Amino acid sequence: MWSTVFPYLLSGISVGGQYALIAIGYTMVYGILRLINFAHGDVFMVSGILMVYLVASGIPLYVSIPLVLVLTAFIGFLIERVAYKPLRSAPRMSVMISAIGVSYTLQNLVLYITGGLNQIYPTIPWISNSVTIFGATTKMVTIITPFLTILLVFALVFLINKTKIGMAMRAVSKDFETSQLMGIKINSVISTTFVIGSFLAGVGSMLYFTNYTTVIQTSGAMPGLKAFVAAVFGGIGSIPGAVVGAFIIGIMENIIKGLDVILFKAGMIAKPLGLATFSDAFTFALLIIILVVKPTGLFGEKTTDKV
Amino acid sequence: MKEFASDKKSRVPAFLSFVVIALFYLAVFIAEQHLPATSMLFTVLKKGATYALVAVSMNLLNGFTGIFSLGQAGFMLIGAYTYAIFTIPLEQRESVYQYFQGGAVHFTVPVPVALIFAGLAAAFFAFLIGLPVLRLKSDYLAIATLGFAEIIRAIFQWNQLGPITNGSNMLRMFPNFNDFNIRNASGEVTVYLSTTIPFIIAGVCIALIVLLIHSGYGRAFKAIRDDEIAAEAMGINLAHHKQLAFSISSFFAGVGGAMLAMYQTTVQAKSFTSAMTYEILLIVVIGGVGSVTGSVFSSFLFVACSEWWLRFLDEKQMIGTFEVPLLRNGFRLVIFSLIIMIVVLFFRRGIMGTKELPDLFRRKTKEGIK
Amino acid sequence: MRKILSALLVLALLVPCFAVADDLPVVKIGVFEPASGDSGAGGKQETLGMQYANQETPTVTIGDTEYKVELVYADNGSSTDKAPSAAQQLVSQQVSVALGSYGSAVSIAGSLYFKDANIPVIGVTCTNPQVTLNNNHYFRICFLDPFQGTVLANYAFKELGARTAYCLAELGNDYDVGLSTYFQQEFEKLGGTVISDFFPTGNSDFTSYLTNATMFNADVFFCPVSIAYSTQILQQAAAQNVTFPILGGDTLDSNVVANAAKGTNVKVVITTFYQEGANPTFDTGFKAWLNSNAEAMTNNGGNDMISAVSAMGYDAYYTALEALKAAGSTDSAAVMAALPSVTLTGVSGAIQFDETGDAIRTSAYVKTINTETGDWEFVAEQTVE
Repeated sequence: MWSTVFPYLLSGISVGGQYALIAIGYTMVYGILRLINFAHGDVFMVSGILMVYLVASGIPLYVSIPLVLVLTAFIGFLIERVAYKPLRSAPRMSVMISAIGVSYTLQNLVLYITGGLNQIYPTIPWISNSVTIFGATTKMVTIITPFLTILLVFALVFLINKTKIGMAMRAVSKDFETSQLMGIKINSVISTTFVIGSFLAGVGSMLYFTNYTTVIQTSGAMPGLKAFVAAVFGGIGSIPGAVVGAFIIGIMENIIKGLDVILFKAGMIAKPLGLATFSDAFTFALLIIILVVKPTGLFGEKTTDKV
Repeated sequence: MKEFASDKKSRVPAFLSFVVIALFYLAVFIAEQHLPATSMLFTVLKKGATYALVAVSMNLLNGFTGIFSLGQAGFMLIGAYTYAIFTIPLEQRESVYQYFQGGAVHFTVPVPVALIFAGLAAAFFAFLIGLPVLRLKSDYLAIATLGFAEIIRAIFQWNQLGPITNGSNMLRMFPNFNDFNIRNASGEVTVYLSTTIPFIIAGVCIALIVLLIHSGYGRAFKAIRDDEIAAEAMGINLAHHKQLAFSISSFFAGVGGAMLAMYQTTVQAKSFTSAMTYEILLIVVIGGVGSVTGSVFSSFLFVACSEWWLRFLDEKQMIGTFEVPLLRNGFRLVIFSLIIMIVVLFFRRGIMGTKELPDLFRRKTKEGIK
Repeated sequence: MRKILSALLVLALLVPCFAVADDLPVVKIGVFEPASGDSGAGGKQETLGMQYANQETPTVTIGDTEYKVELVYADNGSSTDKAPSAAQQLVSQQVSVALGSYGSAVSIAGSLYFKDANIPVIGVTCTNPQVTLNNNHYFRICFLDPFQGTVLANYAFKELGARTAYCLAELGNDYDVGLSTYFQQEFEKLGGTVISDFFPTGNSDFTSYLTNATMFNADVFFCPVSIAYSTQILQQAAAQNVTFPILGGDTLDSNVVANAAKGTNVKVVITTFYQEGANPTFDTGFKAWLNSNAEAMTNNGGNDMISAVSAMGYDAYYTALEALKAAGSTDSAAVMAALPSVTLTGVSGAIQFDETGDAIRTSAYVKTINTETGDWEFVAEQTVE
């Protein structure tokens, strides 16, 4: 039984860690602006495309990796300044629509630049190597992802709890208007949030595309949506919640893909039922269940609406 | 409310609007008889009419009731499939359901009945989905409906349901818009109706939605949109009215889905993605959230731009010997999305704001009053 | 904004008027191919064959008049919801005949629009039987999936000695689903077992599907999927050190796929329409053209390896010219009437249509990837008795 489930678990933990890095961006932005940043998944995809083009232009990896991270963070910053800042006082729906518009624009821009063709992600040495662990063979990146994710989360939590900008972030997410009155520079706090979120999405994109090496304009949509679901699942606004949620979703998704095999091997079904069809749908089913049962998610704080 | 208060004072604008719409229908009918049927104009009109219905149905939720739902594509899918399943001619079923021995459904119903079935099926699913989901607040509701649309898509693709849905494979051979043309014995078209009929279907549905908006229910919907807590305090049953708006909107989304099936001539669950919902949402926003007229206008504008007018951006253009730079496949969409961003950021009220067609015939002074 | 918009729209309507007229009368051939999406790479290579043929033979004599052939492009985006507008675009430009598409699903999705406008279509590499069945306007110059499925099943069972096959197809892709079904029918008839699985469109994590195949002790992994997915499957299979060979259909025959397998130890076997070397004149001419045209080179995936679909696109173009000559008119209905009796010796073999409008083809090439050089290598020419 263990040897049957283990390979799926391994894939799940790996992809879960990558979702986690994207989910943090969603959850931080939501915590501060109460905005579902639909464009976040596309920032993740653009980061992948940047890497493809930088490496193709002959820039060595040790330069292009940090460069991609910086550029991705800058794109996040730019999106906020151009598309969200002018709408600060507008209804929330307008901002969300603006986010959808940004997502649409980024996808079409990449479609235009790549000509709509799949781009092969460059191989990053060492993490692309194959390793065998407990009888399952996989890429090194699969093993590294969860550790790197947890490391980055600790660094982030430290930043939020121990530094001045972190304190400002907490204050803004607690009460937007009051913190503004207290003299916190709201705009720089929001920009920092976007920079951090995009930076982590950039790291996530490197890990993700090293595993699944094709980038196309729609590559960010599904991972983005799933990372968002993970953020809601864990309790939106909560960083540990997003990480736990992402791992759960990553693992469940891969278990569903292998459910036919697992049930078959356990003797519970006589022939495969094609349950893998539901691997994406299951994520959303999980989301709806949690929203109905506990709308604030696993670790979310309870909020009340003011009249 | 403000936009209809003045109706009582003067019937003239409403009458003028009616005349304009009637003339437009007449123009469509006449154009169809005289212009070549292959003209891109008719493609735009057919698809535009379909999108207009879907956009208005979404506007009923997002603009008039304040329920931010992103499940439109899912309900369109249900409508499209229901329509297709009940209208594929029996003799074609063997070839359509090629992997499922002709499928499990062995009867057909006439097209109008199938359209109503399409709406009812979508409304029924909406009712079931609404039970748990409508209790949620704004963005949570949006994301939950989006999730449901994805789940519906997966269910319709499941191979085990193949005898009904043909698995993930295409449904086709059902009656489409061109089958509305009246042909003589030798198969030649005598009266072209392939554009007029979709216009009539969409027109009737939109008229029903407008009537609903003007009724007591419509006023309750708007009260909910403006302030949920106040509306509840005034004695409006929130759950009941939200459920009603959600189901009715889905009914028309279902009919719209069936029309889309007729337009596309094939149906496949794969294409009803969240991107489709976003597209419709953008149409609603461009037209003006809370304006039926705006949604209709922007549907035609949106379809015309994406299918017709901006097509040239995708091809190399020579002006004399000068090759216009940047033009190649995909450029149209870049320009298109930039236009959308400009509308979203700087013209937030869209083309019409919350105005309707009759308002255009009122004098400026009256506009000033509201 | 409204002013800007209306100004833009006016501009939009004006610009096409600048198109320059030529001296010769023009006959239009529609190119109904994907230039973007999952099959974009394949569609572009197929289009390259037509473009090469077009620059080789840019004019055609119909009746007594010499016409200039103009290729009119419409990108069907590899998706069934974009195919209708692409088809209508070609119809509204009044093409005499259309070529395409790469991929059966888009061909079926666009079919009715051509039918209603009485425009014949020559399918290039759409192999699903449903494309030409029960209609008079769709023709096709390639072999069909029941044939291809049989060849592959026989090869897997007899040559590879496989007894259990794992089939993976994309949900809702008629080509994938059709070919796996025919493969399954034949493979089971031979006495093997088949496990089939589906993945949703846009999926990029195939590790669990590969694990499924391993868990079911599959002897062969059959994935007749789009280039976009097959490259990922190959790379993830390589990372997992899978032991089974990967079997595919004609879609895998692309230098993009060969590149993905380069330097790995995965065995890939496919069936296809053409093998480089079968027609040296075409090969050298085509390669020279690719090397002289930077854009064509990019569209071919960056090197000058010849994909079978390019050869098929080339043949489709000449089939269209033959049909135009036989029709003696640029009227699409006349071309449709002339097409059934058109015969031609193309670079991919003799082309002659049967009563359904399918080319009579009795052989397929089996190829494998040399993972050291990243080239396709010829294995056998398979026929089915």
